This record gives sequence, structure tokens and C-alpha cells, in this order.
Amino acid sequence: MAYKNFILVCGGTGCESSKADEIYKNLLAEAEAQGVKGEVQVVKTGCFGFCEKGPIVKVLPSESFYVEVKPSDAKEIISEQIVKGREVKRLLYKKEQQKDIVKLEDIEFYQKQFRIVLRNCGVINPENIEEYIARDGYAALEKVLFEMKPDDVIAELKTAGLRGRGGAGFPTWMKWDLTRKAAGDIKYVICNADEGDPGAYMDRSTIEGDPHSVLEAMTIAGYTIGSDKGFVYIRAEYPLAIERLKIAIAQSKAMGLLGDDILGSGFNFDIEIRLGAGAFVCGEETALMQSLEGKRGMPVPKPPFPAISGLWKKPTLINNVETYANVPVILTKGGSWFAKIGTEKSPGTKVFALTGKINNSGLVEVPMGTTLREIVFDIGGGIKDGKKFKGVQTGGPSGGIITEKDLDSPITYESLTALGSMMGSGGMIVMDEDDCVVDVSRFYMEFCVDESCGKCAPCRIGTNQMHSILTKISKSQGEMSDLDKLERIGKAMTKASLCLLGGSAANPTLSTLKHFRDEYLEHIQDRKCRAGKCKDLVVYSIDPEKCIGCGLCARRCPVNCITGEKKQAHVIDTSKCIKCGECFKVCKFNAVLKK
Amino acid sequence: MAKMTLEDLRKLRDERKKDLGRRDVEGKSVQIIVGMGTCGIAAGAKKTFDAILAAVEEFHLDKDVVIRQTGCMGLCYVEPTVEVAMPGMPATIYGKVDAAVAREIVQKHVVEKSLVENHIFDRPAADIIKR
Repeated sequence: MAYKNFILVCGGTGCESSKADEIYKNLLAEAEAQGVKGEVQVVKTGCFGFCEKGPIVKVLPSESFYVEVKPSDAKEIISEQIVKGREVKRLLYKKEQQKDIVKLEDIEFYQKQFRIVLRNCGVINPENIEEYIARDGYAALEKVLFEMKPDDVIAELKTAGLRGRGGAGFPTWMKWDLTRKAAGDIKYVICNADEGDPGAYMDRSTIEGDPHSVLEAMTIAGYTIGSDKGFVYIRAEYPLAIERLKIAIAQSKAMGLLGDDILGSGFNFDIEIRLGAGAFVCGEETALMQSLEGKRGMPVPKPPFPAISGLWKKPTLINNVETYANVPVILTKGGSWFAKIGTEKSPGTKVFALTGKINNSGLVEVPMGTTLREIVFDIGGGIKDGKKFKGVQTGGPSGGIITEKDLDSPITYESLTALGSMMGSGGMIVMDEDDCVVDVSRFYMEFCVDESCGKCAPCRIGTNQMHSILTKISKSQGEMSDLDKLERIGKAMTKASLCLLGGSAANPTLSTLKHFRDEYLEHIQDRKCRAGKCKDLVVYSIDPEKCIGCGLCARRCPVNCITGEKKQAHVIDTSKCIKCGECFKVCKFNAVLKK
Repeated sequence: MAKMTLEDLRKLRDERKKDLGRRDVEGKSVQIIVGMGTCGIAAGAKKTFDAILAAVEEFHLDKDVVIRQTGCMGLCYVEPTVEVAMPGMPATIYGKVDAAVAREIVQKHVVEKSLVENHIFDRPAADIIKR
């Protein structure tokens, strides 16, 4: 017995609440009634992510994609499609204007993602070079070595308009061109894989899923700028990525795609791995190179730029993982192909690591110019547990918060900077109403205090001062003058710090102060934290109307500060309460109040 | 493998392209692909992988089934993820696959040729099918 058809019914929460379950049962019953039970299997699946048009039903293998299906449609789907083999045309997804029936791949929603960097992730076996080669791997290297001159490569990158994906957005062709023109016989190529933003993991996943794309691009870079030595600087906390990189390097060397006389072209290039100990500042290029030389990782003033005097004072090309991963595709498909994707000033795509209070956390790759709303609500499936959206932190501890009112602005390097945040490496942390902006700012500032290298005073002292003020506010000891102090110190740090770590450390605080000033005021004037995150500002109590006296909270309380007779309303002794929130979590009657 | 010349590389690419292309065509063997990025492994993909190995042995499918690993598919919220491609069945991505579900997939999907309820998830981007 083998099924000929499969009907997938969306079992996501959204579709379920619009009667997907009933559709599922009706389909089963109809299949039985019409005698095709043995030919079709009806299955419930996870969310298709296209909740707006739910409930969704998909029939395989014909790939019929039905939207807004009603329980009463079940009969027709079975009788038409399963028995007679005809699609139920009226249920197929249609575009509003053109009224043409579209195929799944053409549905705009599913095209919001576009994979260039992640093209092979989740498709090939990263430990098998032959699978990479089969998907046009090393075709760009082939083309570059035998058909292109270094200037052609740079011209192609210029046409493409690729900009640095590490966050700052410097034009990649210009970096390559400067390093190529720099005087010197020894030059180096570095890949910056020191991904350190909390919540960001796109570079790790790229190396884990497709290590050869980075190696190929670095070899191309070596050929272009006239270098025969490359380094991948990767943090030691990424053991799997390091392992796969090692395997990939060994395979490339064995096949003559790396090492001496690559593919018989006479060009030599070798790549070594260098492990970073996990300092955030080593993601800054000058500090990274100090660390690579074996010194303590601290930034040095620019200029001279790495292109002129970098690693061991030699001209050095340094790009981030994601930037490199774009290069082979640009060279095989052409710069003008790439330039068509995304916006005019920020062409191509960007990978984001979507985390926080979001339904579909994961890696998304979208064309530049996509709006945050599309990423958070369409691809990400909205906020967890139906809570209210508060903001998205982009760029990690260097970025800022973007609020509801700016959700519709397209994502480009310029637009995010204009909003007081930055592209950063691509971490995207979604916050809901239960997150407190003071608490979040304090967390990021604490991170910066820990990670500041201590070389320059603005960053070393500034981060510490801002952190103690933020802690003071969260401990219910804030004063109105603190807000001005935060802004003054923040602005000074932004201007005077040696590198971007200090130069951007104030961003989370300054941007929350701008967008959520009222919450800071509440903390200081009303001694209240509306999200209930700042423990010192929270008071727990029990509503005697709602409490049924089950005693669950009293048993759970670690300090025994809840008392009361059985079946009588209980009371919390606030002088003993440590505000752990356990009683609030366990109460089934919403009788515990958090204020 | 010995060092390659340009011709070798082109030849190898063409050969392997056919292999990869054959994935979606009738008559080829069964491929079970486990997402083994850090996210997958953290969610227990190694146990899933072992469970699939055990189940394949249990149902004597060693000759027909290739078990492969790959990187992150982008569906981190439902890791571990497993993709099954085989003749006569639509290529399917399963999410939240623990050891028990892994066995169920081998038994129901591969042997009995029916889908496993409640664990199917769609691809994150349509274009990765088309490349």
C-alpha cells in the first residue's frame, strides 16, 4: 500500500484557530466516504509561515497551494483532486491584482528570502568538497585564474557594488583596489570570523554550512591583490566551524585548489587558521591584527589603514565572512546581476540572525531594502505568545533599538544609521512588552564594560560610568539629573573613543533614551518598572478576591514569606520577599499581582 | 585525491552535478539529510543522527539509504531538522526530530511511504530548491 497523494494541513496556531483542525477531520472523513482512504494521506504540519492567508492546505506531489480554506471545502478537494486529479482552482493562491494563479515559488511571501550567502547551507554536506564543486563551487576561482586579470575582478566587484557585511559598509572593491595598489611585495588576506555580538551567529553558520565559499573567495582575493598567504581569524568558541574549516582546507589542498600552483595556473596561495580567545574588541580590524601577531588585542589609531600597513606592517586585505561568501557568486553570475538585487546604494542581500521573543527564530537572508516589519512579522511569524511588539535591537551592543513607528523603513546601511542604530554584523533581537529598556541598556553596557580593552579613557571610564548610572536607575535610586549625565557621557564617548567599540557602546542607551524616555522617567519618578524586570522596583501582592487559597505559591516560595489558611486568601510578607517571581509563575488563577 | 588540473575540476563538477541532480529523480536511493549546524547539534541532532542510523539498520535499509549531514537550514526554531528525499515521495523537511520521531520517520516515511504527522515544516525560502 502506497499513497499517491498527500494533503498537508497547516497545524500552526494561526491556522488552527481558523478551523484547520475541522478541515483536517473533514478531509479524513471525506477520504473515507469517497473510498480513497488508501490513496491519500492527510497530515498536519508545522506553520507554513503564511498565516495571513490561512488556513493553508497543500497537496503533494502536485504542489497545489490552497489558501483560506474552509471546512466545507474538504469535500471538493477530495472529490476533485484526489478522485479526479484536478486542482480546485478557486482555492489556489492568486495575486490580488492580476488574478492569475501562481506557483508556490512565485508567491511573494516566499520570495522575501533570497539566498546568496546561505546558498549551500542546509543543502550540501559541508565536509564534502565534491558537493560544493557540484554546485558551481570553485567555478569563480577557475574563471578568475584563467580568464580574468586582477583589475577585471575589481571592476566586477565595483559593478556589483558589494559593501562590507561586517557592519560598516565600506565598498569592498575599494578595499581590494587600495590593497592591490599598495606598495610592497608581501601582502596578506585576512578573513574576520570573530563574530562576537550577543545573539549573532550568521558567520558561524556560514562557515559550518559552507566553508569552501570563504576559502574560494580568499584565494580569489589573494590572486587579485597579489598575496600568497591568508589567515582566518576565528574565535575558539566555534569548535564545529573550526573543525569544518580544517577539513575544508585539507580537502582543497589535496585537490590542488589551495597551495602551490593552483590548478596548474602557477598561482600559489595558502590559508591558515588562527584562533581568537573570544575578546569582543578583536572583531575590530586593527585589534584583530594585533592579536594575530601574537600581541594583546588592542586597536591602534587609523590611518594608516590596513590596506597600506596592516598585519606585520604589510598591506593587508581584511573582510568579514559574509562579505567573502558573496564574492564567488558575484564573479560567476556577474556584478550587474548582483547589483539588481537589493537597493541602489546597498545592493545584494543581508543575513540576519533573528532571535529573542519571536516565533520563528532562525537565520534569514533577505534582499537589502526589505522592511523590518516583513522580517519580524512575515518571515519571523510575529511575537511569541501573542504579546505586544516593543522593538528590535539591531547591531547588538553597538546598535540601537528600532521601534514600531520605524518598522516600515527599508533596511539599508544608511537608513539604520539614520535611525540611531546600525547594520552591525546582523544580529536582530526582538523585544516584547515584557522587556524593560533600562534593563536591556544595562545588559549591553555591562557587556561593553567587560569587553572594553582599556586602552583609551573615553571607553574605559565612560562605559563604567554609564553602567553604574543605569544600575542605579534600575535599583530605584535614579535621579532626574542622571538622564542628562547618560546623554553627556554617551555623546563624549561616541566622539572621543579610539575604535568603534567605545564609539558605539552608548548607542543602545542613547536610542532607548530617545524612544522610551517615558519608561526611564517612570523608573526615576514613579519608581516603577512596567515590564517587571527591575527587581527592586517590583512589588508582589495577592489579590484576595481571586485567591482561592490552594497554597501552591506558599509551597513554592523559597523564603517562606507567603502565609494563609487553607481555602483562605494568602498574604505576601513584602519585607521578606526576594522577588524571585515564582509565585507569579505558578498561580493558576492570576491572583498574584506584579506592580 | 591527487592535485587536479583545470580539466579535472570541470570533469568532476559535471559528474557530481549529475549526482546531485539525481536527488529529485525517480529511481534513486533514499537520502536522509540531517541539519548539523551548532543550532542543530545543540538541540540534539547527534542523537537524532544516531537514532536514524539505528533505525536504518533495524529495518535493513542499509543498501537503499544514504544518511548525510548538512549545515543550518535556517529553521532554528524547530531544530533538529531532517530532510528526506526519496522516489515516490515528495521531498519533505521534518522539524523537532528527536530520537523517537527519527525512528518513526524511517519506519513510516521510508518503509511505509507515508508522512509523519505534526513534524513537517516547509522550506524557509523557495529559491533554495531551484538554486
